[in-house]
Amino acid sequence: MNRGLVSPTEWATARTRLVLRTLQGLLLGGLLLTGLGPVLWLAKAAVTPTQDTLRTPIALFPNGVDLTNLVTAWTRVEIDKYFLNTVWLAAGSWAVQLVVATTAGYALAVLRPRYGSLVTGVVLATLFVPSIVLLVPLYLTVVDANLINTFWAVWLPAGASAFNVVLVQRFFAGLPREVFEAARVDGAGPFRVFWSVVLPLSRPIIGVVSVFAVVASWKDFLWPLLVLPDPAVQPLSVRLPALQRYVELDVFLAALAISSVIPIALFLVFQRLFLNGGALEGAVKG
Amino acid sequence: MTWVRRGGLSTLVFLLPLLLVFGFFSWAPIVQSVVMSFQRTNLIGPAEFVGLDNFAQVLSDPLLWTALRNTVWFALLALLFGYPVPLVAAVLISEVRHRKGLFSALAYLPVVIPPVVAVLLWKFFYDASPTGVFNTALGWVGLGPWQWLQDPGSAMPSLVLEATWAAAGGTVIIYLAALAGVPADLYEAAEIDGSGIWRKVWHVTLPRLRGVLLVTFILQIIGTAQVFLEPFLFTGGGPANSTTTLLLLIYDYAFANSLGGDYGAATALSIMLAAVLALFSAAYFRLTRSWSAS
Repeated sequence: MNRGLVSPTEWATARTRLVLRTLQGLLLGGLLLTGLGPVLWLAKAAVTPTQDTLRTPIALFPNGVDLTNLVTAWTRVEIDKYFLNTVWLAAGSWAVQLVVATTAGYALAVLRPRYGSLVTGVVLATLFVPSIVLLVPLYLTVVDANLINTFWAVWLPAGASAFNVVLVQRFFAGLPREVFEAARVDGAGPFRVFWSVVLPLSRPIIGVVSVFAVVASWKDFLWPLLVLPDPAVQPLSVRLPALQRYVELDVFLAALAISSVIPIALFLVFQRLFLNGGALEGAVKG
Repeated sequence: MTWVRRGGLSTLVFLLPLLLVFGFFSWAPIVQSVVMSFQRTNLIGPAEFVGLDNFAQVLSDPLLWTALRNTVWFALLALLFGYPVPLVAAVLISEVRHRKGLFSALAYLPVVIPPVVAVLLWKFFYDASPTGVFNTALGWVGLGPWQWLQDPGSAMPSLVLEATWAAAGGTVIIYLAALAGVPADLYEAAEIDGSGIWRKVWHVTLPRLRGVLLVTFILQIIGTAQVFLEPFLFTGGGPANSTTTLLLLIYDYAFANSLGGDYGAATALSIMLAAVLALFSAAYFRLTRSWSAS
């Protein structure tokens, strides 16, 4: 029987149950307040006139709902443009990360060249280096390569994720080798084995890498701030702090709400992926 | 030629994306960072080697010691606020019998909100006027209004509060996974010895979680030592440099001056920070390595 810390007999005692239930009830209340509260508040503020939000910030719609905030943010403040930029940045980062991680994982875990452990070692070593070390030289590299204000400045460095490579490599190493051998006997070359055998078998890990790539890209701030100084190509995360200065409060809060929709939707759809700890465990045990 | 026929070339083709991307955007910049910390660079003339000048310059900057103190203060506060809460929450959640998923989903929700959105939202919550969101709530219980971000004493705790809110859910999930891995027979054995719930927590749960607790501790140190977003967006280092952190200082060295950055000082400071953090990373890897072996 699946049990934890508290035994069934202890659950049966009235006092223990009362205490535990009370504590859990308090916890649920606290989680609703701190976890869901700000999200609901933001959702409400996005459709509330500025004066209401300023005068009575914790009241429920004192003067009704104002949907024009969302429309103004989307059109006049051009949130649509920054939203699209964010989508493009996420899509490109996702593609680059996936290409690098799957090809490298295949080469290192399936083809296994003699120098493979050396490559793995040098990739793993980058995990020890905090990203702050890269900041200045990477910035200068991007300046030298004339990539400033292009999406490539964000896409390409995103591919250098040792975490992805390790994750995919481990998954590929766990695939049954007989399948590859059988395909090879049937005359499939390494490219065919990769495309028709390995990739179709790897949907779970590709899903994990994809979701985390998109979410990470959506969250990214400092790097796009540095390499995309032109507002026309900036993502939401970079543009929002600047908008705050000249956009009215209700419209600004609507913009914040719009910026949160995609990550929250991804979380709701792929909840299990975020919460079962499988991917995290992989990271912790890296 | 036999190398090609045995598939050596196609292997290399598959490795090419990794070698190119890591070469240009990871390995080369790491090496360059070390080199630059010994150089004086402006983007116009050629770089010249200046020995340890950059390091000396950074170490004699009075702002460095302010930033170091602030970063340590941030890390300590983050441990105080953020270390026990996820553990207690996870232990309670792991004993929830119905709708456990709801608890963990709620706990994780703040992690999903984009950090910039979270900070800007909290900045509004922290409004120092009596009608600010938090001050309104404080007013209900007869407290406040507090200055939050405007006061040098309360600015840093305010930053840490938001950062803890934003990160705690991730730690809860890690603890939940670890708690699920505690074998039930250990609890049963403790019960046969007459242990109550508290004794089981103390003698079974916590010792079994020791490794994870150490790992989250190290991860939190590594993370908080590099805190940037909160001070950058909340306060810009103010008031009176009370929230200037090491990363903010590095950013200021390199990018705040529109006339061209002091890249030497920035890389020197980041190399020093990285050296300290590498010790923590090494400890982290030793720990996790020994887990997967066992």
